[in-house]
Amino acid sequence: MTESLQSESKRGVPLWAQLLIWAGLLGLLALVALGLAKAKTPILTNGSAVPEFTLPLYEGYEYGGAADVTLAALRGKVVVLNFWASWCKPCESEAADLEAAWRIYQPGGEVVFLGVDYVDTEPEARSYLAKFDITYPNGPDMGTRISQIFNRNLGVPETYVIDRQGILRYVKIGPFASVEEIQAVVESVLAGE
Amino acid sequence: MFAEFGFGILILTFALSLFAVGAAVFGYYGKSDRWVESARRAQQLTFPLITLAALALIYLLVTGHYEVKYVYSVTDVTMPLYLKVTALWGGQPGSLLFWSWLLSAFATAVTLRKWDRDREFLPWVVVVTSVTLTFFLALIIFFENPFVRWWQTLSGDFVAQMFAPSGGVLATPNNGEGLNPLLRHPGMIIHPPMLYLGFVSFVIPYAFAIAALVTGRTDDRWIRLTRRWTLMAWLFLSCGLVLGMRWAYDVLGWGGYWGWDPVEIAALMPWLTGTPFLHSVMIEEKRGMLKPWNIFLIILTYSLVIFGTFLTRSGVLSSVHAFAQSAIGPMFFTFIGATFIISAALLITRWKDLRASLPMNSMLSREALFLLNNLLFMGILIVCLWGVLFPLISELVTGVKVTVGPPFYERAVGPLFGALIALMGIAPLSAWGRSTVRTLGRAMWKPAIPTVLTPVILFAFGMRNWIALVGFTLIAFVLFITLHEYWRGVRARMNAQGEGFFTALGRLAARNRRRYGGYLIHIALVVMAIGILGIEVFQTTTQKSLATGESLDISGYTVRYDSLAQFDHTDGRYVTRAVLSVFKDGEFLQEIYPRYDLYPSGQPMTIAGVRTTLADDLYVVLVNWEDVSTALAPFKVYHNPLINWLWIGSILFIIGYLVAAWPEKEQE
Amino acid sequence: MREKTPQRILFLAFLFLAMSGLFLSARPSAVVLAQQPTPSDDEVNAIAHQLFCPVCENTPLDVCDTEACRQWRDLIRQMLAEGRTEAEIKQYFADNYGVRVLSEPPVEGFNWLAYVVPPVAFLLGAYLLFRAFRTWQRLAKEPATADSPQVPPAAADDQYAARFEEELKKRE
Repeated sequence: MTESLQSESKRGVPLWAQLLIWAGLLGLLALVALGLAKAKTPILTNGSAVPEFTLPLYEGYEYGGAADVTLAALRGKVVVLNFWASWCKPCESEAADLEAAWRIYQPGGEVVFLGVDYVDTEPEARSYLAKFDITYPNGPDMGTRISQIFNRNLGVPETYVIDRQGILRYVKIGPFASVEEIQAVVESVLAGE
Repeated sequence: MFAEFGFGILILTFALSLFAVGAAVFGYYGKSDRWVESARRAQQLTFPLITLAALALIYLLVTGHYEVKYVYSVTDVTMPLYLKVTALWGGQPGSLLFWSWLLSAFATAVTLRKWDRDREFLPWVVVVTSVTLTFFLALIIFFENPFVRWWQTLSGDFVAQMFAPSGGVLATPNNGEGLNPLLRHPGMIIHPPMLYLGFVSFVIPYAFAIAALVTGRTDDRWIRLTRRWTLMAWLFLSCGLVLGMRWAYDVLGWGGYWGWDPVEIAALMPWLTGTPFLHSVMIEEKRGMLKPWNIFLIILTYSLVIFGTFLTRSGVLSSVHAFAQSAIGPMFFTFIGATFIISAALLITRWKDLRASLPMNSMLSREALFLLNNLLFMGILIVCLWGVLFPLISELVTGVKVTVGPPFYERAVGPLFGALIALMGIAPLSAWGRSTVRTLGRAMWKPAIPTVLTPVILFAFGMRNWIALVGFTLIAFVLFITLHEYWRGVRARMNAQGEGFFTALGRLAARNRRRYGGYLIHIALVVMAIGILGIEVFQTTTQKSLATGESLDISGYTVRYDSLAQFDHTDGRYVTRAVLSVFKDGEFLQEIYPRYDLYPSGQPMTIAGVRTTLADDLYVVLVNWEDVSTALAPFKVYHNPLINWLWIGSILFIIGYLVAAWPEKEQE
Repeated sequence: MREKTPQRILFLAFLFLAMSGLFLSARPSAVVLAQQPTPSDDEVNAIAHQLFCPVCENTPLDVCDTEACRQWRDLIRQMLAEGRTEAEIKQYFADNYGVRVLSEPPVEGFNWLAYVVPPVAFLLGAYLLFRAFRTWQRLAKEPATADSPQVPPAAADDQYAARFEEELKKRE
């Protein structure tokens, strides 16, 4: 065996290179750790403040006379935010119930229903809205910006209930089974303050 | 019974393997050979034990014990026996068990050898392999237990756990959910084991590298000891990759073989560091240079293996291939962090012992060109790693999800691979330590003549795509040079020894397996490049709805839609199968049958009808997402020129490997 | 909105880097869009191929078999029929469904990093390698000292190779 180690030029790794290596390595690990944490809890948790967003509304819908609605404008009201899509079969099973619940709460003015159409095509979305005669404000989730706030891996339907202070209070993954179920949720959020 | 047995064995093995780690460390620092020997025996015992656990699971799978959740989720009554056995790696828990089994097999094989001359490595090889094994067993035992069973509690709920909840009764469903249909393909049956074999066998050279770092025995002994392991890991990894391509081509129905999906890239990345490692260790063996670099490369390779596994199994990246999100993330992350940090710290502290600056006379010497090869591979690796990580970074920093797709990789990686092919032509002609433009030119001028003629001929035959012209010229360059090298060797033998051509060829290769096997691998790779270039540059595709009797034209072929049949298969699939006739120049060639199977689970599977020749594939997909009827059916037709050379090349590759790595009598 | 020039410069820089052998895969990206009432499947697929399904992971839109994808392909067909260009359609998809439907991050803002980091890292590697070459070459020029390293004895196959080269020389 030939030992070909050399006596001269026995320099270790220069300090700057060491720093660079450790910075790179720890950066990579931090990145992965954050990614992992996000992957583990993809959904906005109950009790956290919902970041601001703006929902542009489809033609024929309006809120307070405007063609779009912001979360800030809804402060003081309970918001039922429903994500749906026209290609989503389970959404159809809850569409009529949501509309019925909306008609119960609309006169009181304390609760606002919002429909967010998740990655959908406009013509199909319009016929879906017409088919279920949906009257509460509806609009497209432009660039999936709104769904990204609530759930990194959003599936449809999902419903988020936000209280008067803009705090998320209830998350429903999947469709509601009945009007009563929706009412029970809304009532609990209304009363919970 | 078998479930408890299997689980018990796993716990026992876990304890044993923990003991091996402790005993080896204690033995090393206490200078006690007996403890080291004890660690070694404990480690060797893990293999028969995990074999028993795996057999228990296979027994449960084959006999249809659907009360076991894993059996329930990957098999059903209609599946044939061989699929039930291979369902062992059809889901996360089983595949982790399979992985541990391979790991223990390899670790045992390596500790069984004689250690007389390398006694000081032994404890650390045992430590590294046993720590890895302990980790995987912990994943299985605590998070992904394949022996978990269904129980019905008093309240009527079904829960999955290992042991009975209080008052719970074992619940045995009549049938399972069955294996994902996409995985019911011969390619998919051997593809994962091949990849796992490749991944797992890289643990061995890594363990030796770490042993060399810890013990300070930094000569090239560890490389000589692990050369065969590294080569084997590389072969399995390569085969795994090619089988994956073939599987994608056959069952995914999108006319391609590689989609630059994060999971594919995760499997490619260790190959991108393993390949330069195989080259640069030769520099160390011949010239004593680059010790720290080689250790770095093998550490990187192993890190990429576990990093890739982590990315695809923890839910950090989502992809078509990814396993369902699971709880193993944090623990896996800890393991990876520890591996990275400990390896880097060891390498940095030993760096100055490893450094050896040796004179290098020429930028054209073999070692210089090998280093250039290393640089290019690292370039490809950076593109791949960055492409995989960037969406993650982007989402964390800006909150916007982005896709890094095929155009990104193809644009960056294409030229780098082209440059690698050029190097593959030049490097074998250069000499260790000394090479000049003159010596290279002298060795090269003969094969250079047909090389230069290649683009001229291709151009004359009407090829106008400059990418293809450059690519094929490079491929021709490597082919001619390598064949010329063979010819020079054979001729020398024929003249000197008076042998016939084939005897000379055989003896030439036998006398210098590594060189001529390596050349054959080079030829195989450029043959594969022919296929890749063919499909990437010249693929054409068209889609059209055809009425019965109607036909469409593509690249000189005419495809006529004859009939359609829809029927239930015995295993519950609903099959839609079209019959098409393929014509060329008005002449009938053959019938092809694109198919669309709908499994009871609702999962569809699209099987293309393919007419395959050496020149091209005609690949017809029944487009199941549009309306299909007997009167009018939509077809998507791909014309994939030269694609078969990709598969032919991979067979040549294996032959080349066997020539290069066939065990020689009485080595060392 | 999106600038074309920096993108092109970057691509060129990247190309240049990798030197001689270039075989980029050039897929036919732009089918000439004829203004016709119902665009053909091929025209739709040419664009769909460059887009990713917004609801499935890493699946190009032209080979995705979900109901949603089918709607999107119809949308492309409809937009083509309205005479919209390929760039407009892609932009519409990015605006509506997020930039992740594009097969590459658009070259703007933070995404610059995606395109800049690999070539910079590659150049850095090339520089380090070049510097190491220079050091080694300088060593080669210095007269050998007593404690200068021993080149390990050539392995068996090299001896064989040398003999074989000798053999060849005698003959030529």
